Amino acid sequence: MFDLVSFIPRAVAQGIPLLFGSTGEIITEKSGNLNLGIPGVMYVGAISGVIGSFMYEHSFADPTQMNAVLAVLIPLVCCLLGSLLMGLLYCFLTVTLRANQNVTGLAMTTFGVGFGNFFGGSLIKLTGAEVPSIALSATSRLFRTTLPFADSTGWFGKVFLSFGFLAYLAIIIALVAAFVLNRTRVGLHLRAVGEDPATADAAGIDITRYKYITTCLGCMIAGLGGLYYVMDYANGVWSNDAFGDRGWLAIALVIFTIWHPEVSIPASILFGGLYIIYLYIPTGTNLAVKELYKMLPYVVTIVVLVFSSLRNKRENQPPESLGLPYFREDR
Amino acid sequence: MIHIAKRKEMPLPQALAIRLGAIVAALVACGVITAIATGLNPVDVYAAMVKGAFGTPRKVWILLQELAILLCVSLALTPAFRMRFWNLGGEGQILVGGLAAASCMIILGNRLPNALLIPLMFVSSACAGALWALLPALFKARWNTNETLFTLMMNYVATQLVAFFVIVWEVPKGSGNIGIINQSTEAGWLPQVGGYKYLLNILLVAILTVIMHIYLAYSKHGYEISVVGESPNTARYVGIKVEKVIVRTLLLSGAICGFAGLLLVGGTAHTITTTIAGGRGFTAVMVAWLAKFNPITMVASSLLLVFMSCGAGEISTAFGLNHSFGDILTGIILFFIIGCEFFITYRIVFSKKEGERDV
Amino acid sequence: MRMRDISKSFGQIQANSAVSLDIYRGEILALLGENGSGKTTLMNMLSGIYFPDSGEIEIDGEPVVIASPKDAFDKGIGMIHQHFKLVNVFTAAENIILGLEDEDAFDIAAACGRIRAICDSYGFDVDPDQKVYDMSVSQKQTVEIVKLLYRGADILILDEPTAVLTPQETDRLFAILRNMRDDGKAIVIITHKLREVLDISDRVAVLRKGAYVGAMATAETSPQEMTNMMVGHQVSLNIDRPAPVDPKERIRVSGVTVRNQEGVVKLDNVSFTARSGEILGIAGISGCGQKELLEAIAGLQPVEVGSIEYIHDNGRSEQLIGKDPLEIAALGVALSFVPEDRLGMGLVGNMDLTDNMMLRSFRQGRGIFTDRKGPRHLAEKVVEELEVSTDSISTPVRKLSGGNVQKVLVGREISSSPTVLLSAYAVRGLDVNSSYLIYDLINQQKERGVAVVYVGEDLDVLLEFCDRILVLCGGKVSGIVDGRGATKNEVGLMMTKLGGEEA
Repeated sequence: MFDLVSFIPRAVAQGIPLLFGSTGEIITEKSGNLNLGIPGVMYVGAISGVIGSFMYEHSFADPTQMNAVLAVLIPLVCCLLGSLLMGLLYCFLTVTLRANQNVTGLAMTTFGVGFGNFFGGSLIKLTGAEVPSIALSATSRLFRTTLPFADSTGWFGKVFLSFGFLAYLAIIIALVAAFVLNRTRVGLHLRAVGEDPATADAAGIDITRYKYITTCLGCMIAGLGGLYYVMDYANGVWSNDAFGDRGWLAIALVIFTIWHPEVSIPASILFGGLYIIYLYIPTGTNLAVKELYKMLPYVVTIVVLVFSSLRNKRENQPPESLGLPYFREDR
Repeated sequence: MIHIAKRKEMPLPQALAIRLGAIVAALVACGVITAIATGLNPVDVYAAMVKGAFGTPRKVWILLQELAILLCVSLALTPAFRMRFWNLGGEGQILVGGLAAASCMIILGNRLPNALLIPLMFVSSACAGALWALLPALFKARWNTNETLFTLMMNYVATQLVAFFVIVWEVPKGSGNIGIINQSTEAGWLPQVGGYKYLLNILLVAILTVIMHIYLAYSKHGYEISVVGESPNTARYVGIKVEKVIVRTLLLSGAICGFAGLLLVGGTAHTITTTIAGGRGFTAVMVAWLAKFNPITMVASSLLLVFMSCGAGEISTAFGLNHSFGDILTGIILFFIIGCEFFITYRIVFSKKEGERDV
Repeated sequence: MRMRDISKSFGQIQANSAVSLDIYRGEILALLGENGSGKTTLMNMLSGIYFPDSGEIEIDGEPVVIASPKDAFDKGIGMIHQHFKLVNVFTAAENIILGLEDEDAFDIAAACGRIRAICDSYGFDVDPDQKVYDMSVSQKQTVEIVKLLYRGADILILDEPTAVLTPQETDRLFAILRNMRDDGKAIVIITHKLREVLDISDRVAVLRKGAYVGAMATAETSPQEMTNMMVGHQVSLNIDRPAPVDPKERIRVSGVTVRNQEGVVKLDNVSFTARSGEILGIAGISGCGQKELLEAIAGLQPVEVGSIEYIHDNGRSEQLIGKDPLEIAALGVALSFVPEDRLGMGLVGNMDLTDNMMLRSFRQGRGIFTDRKGPRHLAEKVVEELEVSTDSISTPVRKLSGGNVQKVLVGREISSSPTVLLSAYAVRGLDVNSSYLIYDLINQQKERGVAVVYVGEDLDVLLEFCDRILVLCGGKVSGIVDGRGATKNEVGLMMTKLGGEEA
């Protein structure tokens, strides 16, 4: 029997990191930057948060003594700072130095994943734990604090109220991003930068500033996805490589949603569901088949990719200058 | 007032000097970061890396073997990149190639003599890799489907496919591992040349490098690839069938990746896991790009990256550091090299001053 | 406004050297010069796109620094570029308010109201909600003008605004420009068409090879004087036109209809013949199907209905539709094509001369390897005979100047002794000397008995150069006239005969 009430919250929990990642990547791509470094950024975001909270949690003999506000704020700020630095690095290379975006992105992913695993591994060593992971259960408990009534309202509470604040923040950020992109002057300018930087430039828009700010913001949002994964989804347990390929899925989601953050909300949850659906499909003793079910999110992405390339509507195409560096005096 | 202008063509020695300077600067930066992050003396760390890479004949062999595999994957991606087709699916193409080789070893290992089995493994792994690249190529050629993401997703489909077969063939049941295939019979193991375990791999890749260089620089196919990459419209204008060139080139690209998978499974590991490609599909993108898609230069750029990774292995054991530290150092070096290209293409002009100054 | 000793170079190319220019309010200044004489570069420095290497700019007596387009706007300078600076997926209104930093809230509806008010007062026809990709060229241009007015620009620069307009649309534009001048705005119009200079401007300034030659009141000058200043020496404006020798039908096009990828009809039931030993000119406002017509003949454009036949000397005919360039060549049809977009279609910019020479011929010879010897000789021959100025034959062609690029392309195309030569805008962007060299080359081909199809934009040239002229309008043939008898007026009218439809 398919248990929808337990499936949906898990799908959402899986989907939230993707939502953060794809919202971040959408606004980045709207500025014309194709940031393939997002997987690395999410690792850096996660580990920065972990380091911050590790330091704070371990400064107390008894972690329950922690100041709740600080315990949440410290990892949050560390995470944002870490991802911001990654964003600045990407911008410096691709915008200021006009480097190839694909190669820069891949290098950032190598770097970011290495960074995450190195510091993760070092912290694990510091704790001297038997298992190769760090548990920050006290901090995680704060991140996982659900809305009131979550337990008392039955299935409604489980499906809508049972998440930590970062999950709601993800949805709010996606909605705000959609609003800014489509309904404000800043959004208009940003879209112009991604579509046709020469025109935007001639209109007096500071291309460099827009690219820097949106790409850095995008990285910070994506970094939160990493933080959510560790602190909420994984119960504050960091283990190396656990975050896996979610960063790439987030990039794939951008195409799936045809560059609309608001579409990304249901789409991320759908992908989250696909990610774990193998747990819900009865396969009996045949464990091998489960591995095939895990292909689903990728296969669906490919199918969507193909379909979106068949559609020819102008508004549904990627930003026209995506992936290209801009140099005003090119001729 | 700082102002950026495009440079005239920069002479090659100067361009090389800038790149070399970037690497030196990167090593210094890595040293500083090492000292801060680990508290170790960076000189010791570098010494350990050199020792780890070249310290003993065995280590040199491992280095050369790793170099061969990485170079092989880079060579595979190069024709696609020259055509401006961003094949990020090397990882998946290696995996299915390795899977095809492994399945031949497992299923036919006891039925065919090596003289038949090994050629069959060659063919099947090349075909599997080619098939994996064919799908995105067809869609790119026909509907201009974004190949970057298509090939990327194919990697994960391949990973799960391998995961599936690993469980099907796992020995013993429930271990989640296949273990060494045909340990006793060595059926399907690539032969050793002159008693050296890795020499055959290395020789094969060396030959491939030369062939690929000739193919790209002097053959009609290579010329078509360059024209399509530089300007698809010009290609159509002179009657080159762009779709056909895309599909043909990607078949080649995938087949060589599949071949790399064979080298890994048949030549070194004699088993298959989901992580056997070890990120080489991505590292190779950077190797190829650093070498400006020139097969001969790629020997140097892959040596740099393989050195980093072998060296990192050594520091992780010598200083008790995490192996991922090597990834961080590699990332930093890449950032410097990527960044230095700017100074080769552009120059900075300080307009307040009299005259111009190159930086 | 004054510009003092402005210089700018791109790599080895000196685009402007020590140019000084004054611009006054309430006056229309024509900036005249050949292509490549640095007119656009100079104006781009006023509008902040480029930054001068040296020199000073003053507005109302005060020195100013224009480092970005935003600075230019703040000083009331607005420029309409030859390639419109509009975002295709945006609406007219979104494009018009793009880049503005108003104090008040972001409100497209209010902006639309203001746009309509501006349109009403000047008589523009702009729908603020229309997407730019749905617009015709002249509509896009109107949007550009409204954009400047919306920002309250009082120095307007227009870069070859009439290149894409019909004569009627040009007249309407000029009327608007006079209106704006009478409002006290300063207007600079960049052009190389003398007629327009006489028609619209109050004063004319001439640039030659990046340097300022002089300025004079339009009323006190003559076309001959302006030409001399532009070119630097006395030139005859005459182009040779040898009489056709033994013309025979070579290409017969009948009832051809072509749609582009978006499904828009680009050619509508086009029929004509091209004869050997004759130059058939194709006239029309740009974007009327010229490109599609040539590409259809060359086998690069799918044709919906109709037939294109090639007729051999012995009278045998071959259907070309449905065949790609290789299949056409395999029929023994020697067809050469000099496309409009030289570096985007005819040549590969990053390859050297030798490699570009072998684009057509690289398949020759058995075996899998290419032969570079033949192409190298061809490259050397072309460089020598057509006086291509290049460092060596291993220079990438994108580093050559426009005229030299064209020589390389034409040189390669005629090296295969074609029987049909298709050429699109063969002299666009070329200086006078290079243009005449190209005319001579085409004439030589004509005398060899080649059927030449020459798409041109300058009516004066078409009338002096072509034996017959086919006029296209909105994808339809509006007539074929004899090049020797027709007048400019007649052809101009035919270009708009089917007017009222979208170009």
